[in-house]
Amino acid sequence: MLENVVKWSRVKSPWVCHFNSGSCNGCDIEIIAALMPRFDAERFGVVLKGTPRHADVLLCTGPVTGQMKDRLLKIYEQMPEPKFVIAFGECGCSGAVYTGCYNVEGGIDKVIPVDAYIPGCPPKPEAILDGVVKLLTAFKESE
Amino acid sequence: MSRVTIPIGPQHPALKEPERFMVTVEGETIVDADVRIGHIHRGMEKLFEQRTYMQNIHITERICGICSFTHSTNFCQATEYILGVEPPRRGLYLRTLMNEFERIHSHLLWLGVAGHEMGFDTLLMWSWDDRERILDLFEDITGNRVTHAYNTVGGVRRDITDAQAQRILHTMDILEERTKAYIQVGLNEQTILKRTQGVGILTTADAKRLCAVGPRLRASNVKYDVRKNDPYAAYGELPFEVITSDTLDVHGQLVVRALELLETVNMCRYMIKNLPTGDIRVKVPRKVPPGEAISRTEAPRGEDIHYLRSNGTDKPERLKVRAPTMANILNVAHTLKGANIADIPLIVAGIDPCMGCMDRVLILDRDKETSKVMTKDQLREYSIAWYEKEAYR
Repeated sequence: MLENVVKWSRVKSPWVCHFNSGSCNGCDIEIIAALMPRFDAERFGVVLKGTPRHADVLLCTGPVTGQMKDRLLKIYEQMPEPKFVIAFGECGCSGAVYTGCYNVEGGIDKVIPVDAYIPGCPPKPEAILDGVVKLLTAFKESE
Repeated sequence: MSRVTIPIGPQHPALKEPERFMVTVEGETIVDADVRIGHIHRGMEKLFEQRTYMQNIHITERICGICSFTHSTNFCQATEYILGVEPPRRGLYLRTLMNEFERIHSHLLWLGVAGHEMGFDTLLMWSWDDRERILDLFEDITGNRVTHAYNTVGGVRRDITDAQAQRILHTMDILEERTKAYIQVGLNEQTILKRTQGVGILTTADAKRLCAVGPRLRASNVKYDVRKNDPYAAYGELPFEVITSDTLDVHGQLVVRALELLETVNMCRYMIKNLPTGDIRVKVPRKVPPGEAISRTEAPRGEDIHYLRSNGTDKPERLKVRAPTMANILNVAHTLKGANIADIPLIVAGIDPCMGCMDRVLILDRDKETSKVMTKDQLREYSIAWYEKEAYR
């Protein structure tokens, strides 16, 4: 019973922590734009949280630079279970244009497990909502 | 009073990139500040050397997602200087038009972020909603909201139609009205005045000594703007004023940016009404002869410099980028000295950092050996609460 309530609330209102692992800012401003009046992600219960300890979903941008690698791992470990990771943007998915740079890992999934990928450089705010909804639908149908 | 050191960063919740400030405080007053940068160092300057000029146009756009167009303009200009190619006038006008659109979107973005930092979230919602209008124009003309792929060596890629020109003029009318409202809010709203006046003062002498750029420099009463002092693209033909402020503080920066918005709207109108006819680009060879060039542009945040050296192949030998935030970080470290802890978010946001991070703040008390971790949100709430009880201000 309690588990069902927790699961229902998680699906209805995912709290998202945004982490920049070395992206160009393009994805990051699109994430904020998704929360602004035009797209207004909050009407679907999506809330952006500053701390990973409160978050269900880690929305991660950037190709993971050498300095941010350890910090990304730390942030991931701080999140409570069950936790989901979304690789946001082309360079978060695969490294994209930064392929060949000496200081990048080339994608979030090289460092932490990723549940969903949102491609695009940068993806439009609609794509964020679509990605989050698909992830939660998959979670809802699991078990 | 005992000295306490507060590290700020490098993780963050909003739109800023990772960066770390070490702030030493005595009570509420900051006595020393140190900056550590390089958390998002990707090694792009090395990457430029492995890619062709055509590929590099797209990579320079991705140096920064907010001033993407300025960086690609700079790279294309430097390449044109070496090639000795002058783009057609219509191409230059369209390039300038996009640069000014970018200034509108960036200044509105800054206005919202500054509003958020001072606890005035209504302003954030308003200005970001208006920002969507300019992103719609970007999408209409270039096909993308953030990274445009509009520039090319020798001009621009797409022409605009008469219908698009009408849509631009219509949007400019709306934006002019909205900007006037923001100026009224900025000059009269008590929330803004109390949080920004007298905060983050950088004197004219210090601004020159620390090589400040952009609105930060102009808010310190220095009349310097690359668009006016060293005109590039079509700026030499446009009528506009360089806005300065003599208040030297964060409020001065707000006024400078708001009035610049108005100038920019007028410039866009002028460009649409006086758009030359003809080609938008010239064909250029793939290989660039040996040579070197420096290109300067006025990004929304300040002066942006690209240094390019070519060696006769289709790949550059060296491309050095000096972004405006790099120049402004020095004066932030200086301005923070003597300020309140509560003013940190606003002073750092004041320069509109392209990589700034304020998320996790660790307050360490060396004498008591206690430590307290504050998130950026907590710090923001702390600063708002601290100001609410300061009735004398």
